[in-house]
Amino acid sequence: MTQTTAVHGERISLLRVLGPGHVWALGVGIVLVGEYMGWNFAVGKGGAIAALIACWVAGLLYTCVAMIDSEVTSTVAAAGGQYAQAKHIVGPLMAFNVGLFLVFAYTMLEAANAITLGYLVQTVGSMAGFADTHDKPFIVLTIMFLAWLNYRGVYATLTFNLVITAIAFVAIWVLFFAVQPWSSVYMKHGDLLTGLPYGWLGVLAALHFGMWYYLGIEGTTQAAEEVRSPARALPLGTMTGIITLLIAATMTWYICAGIMPWEYLGQAVTPLFDAARLTDSTLLMVLLFIGTIFSTLASANGCINDASRAWFSMGRDRYLPQVFGAVHPKYRTPYRAIVFLVPVALVFAYFAPLDQVITFSILSGLLEYTFMAINVIMFRQKWPLGVIKRGYVHPFHPLPALVLLLLCSVTYFAVFLGYGTQLIAMMVFYIVASLWFAFHRYKFVRRGAQFTMPWPKPVGY
Amino acid sequence: MNNFQLLEYGAWGLSALLGLWMLIDLIRTDKTYSEELLTSSKEGEIEDALVIDPPHQGGHL
Repeated sequence: MTQTTAVHGERISLLRVLGPGHVWALGVGIVLVGEYMGWNFAVGKGGAIAALIACWVAGLLYTCVAMIDSEVTSTVAAAGGQYAQAKHIVGPLMAFNVGLFLVFAYTMLEAANAITLGYLVQTVGSMAGFADTHDKPFIVLTIMFLAWLNYRGVYATLTFNLVITAIAFVAIWVLFFAVQPWSSVYMKHGDLLTGLPYGWLGVLAALHFGMWYYLGIEGTTQAAEEVRSPARALPLGTMTGIITLLIAATMTWYICAGIMPWEYLGQAVTPLFDAARLTDSTLLMVLLFIGTIFSTLASANGCINDASRAWFSMGRDRYLPQVFGAVHPKYRTPYRAIVFLVPVALVFAYFAPLDQVITFSILSGLLEYTFMAINVIMFRQKWPLGVIKRGYVHPFHPLPALVLLLLCSVTYFAVFLGYGTQLIAMMVFYIVASLWFAFHRYKFVRRGAQFTMPWPKPVGY
Repeated sequence: MNNFQLLEYGAWGLSALLGLWMLIDLIRTDKTYSEELLTSSKEGEIEDALVIDPPHQGGHL
């Protein structure tokens, strides 16, 4: 077989076909599953009021994340998102770590979604009267199908995400109106809200799961090299995404906290679906079940997209072996990165317990947010406003960065209260990986060629 | 064997098929194109003029 080689100057790049709607679908698609399940463990930690405080505090944290991200990524429009930002603004060791945070946060979240989807299908089988049902075939099928979809092209992948995310979002609205929030037919907030059962320490502990309402919205930046107009589409998609999630989170809390007692809500696996069951409407039950399945699928799908872009861009700069920096000539996707991460996700989804997988994802995300606060302060110092063109300028700088740093510190403490061992184990893992990069891998990095932005030299250089 | 078990076997079969499809396509692509060409992507590249294989638009036809 003859090989097709590059004619002088001929190159293959990722395909620029996405619009703001796809960016919205990527960000909200990853996160919306957190409204369908997971956020309610905050209720178990500190009661329903604590979960609402956590919802809004985490909402503030993520609004800062979205604003900061929109400004930096509208300027550093490259696949890899925060990894590419770290490379240009902070330095190689930070970039390597941020790349790993991204890959692990998304791959673990993908595994957690696949586990959940397998569990849901298995539950349906058991409820239908079948004995000896298994979740594993459906866990594996979820990962394989979505990897295949991602392999075949980004446009189809994110259009699929747009449709199923929109259906899942509309389902929450339908439930919200169906429970008649203006009346007391279903809503019993007066009877069910019992203050703070564990005091303010419970509120602090609730912060850990409050992140579930929004975890992953920062993933919009990974589409930077595939959107038609990065300077417009990325801020627009990200900001509308966080607004969507703030609305969805508040509605979700309002419905669930008003229809079931906090002692039950704090342990429920599928709180929105359970709320639909309490209305005795078969139509709502079916709709919210579909919403749960779709939100889980959308999240896993977006995670494969984001993890593969981060892995791909690290390979392209030789932070990892260069083979991962390949683009498929027909489908124009980072196909080797997609295929490589499939067994990683399968191993975690097949063998690791769900709570450990989720915690690893949350902690990697938290490390990433801490970096983002430091990153934007350095960005404004090195390239002040007016020096380079920005698609979006976030207001009140440095207040959002400082608020983000403060909230990250509080959330670290909250995570430490529940998962101290995992936090320490994960820090040790990233330190060992950093040592490997500094002493072994860095010599392969394209030190000059990796800086691609046409910026002037930074202030003080 | 009940219907759910059939569904489970179907899921295993479809997973294997999709995995196999990706592997075969990956090997075929790697053999057809040179490594230099496959890894020629540049960060932040805006123009598509130099891109090969224009009829294939990555799922966006």
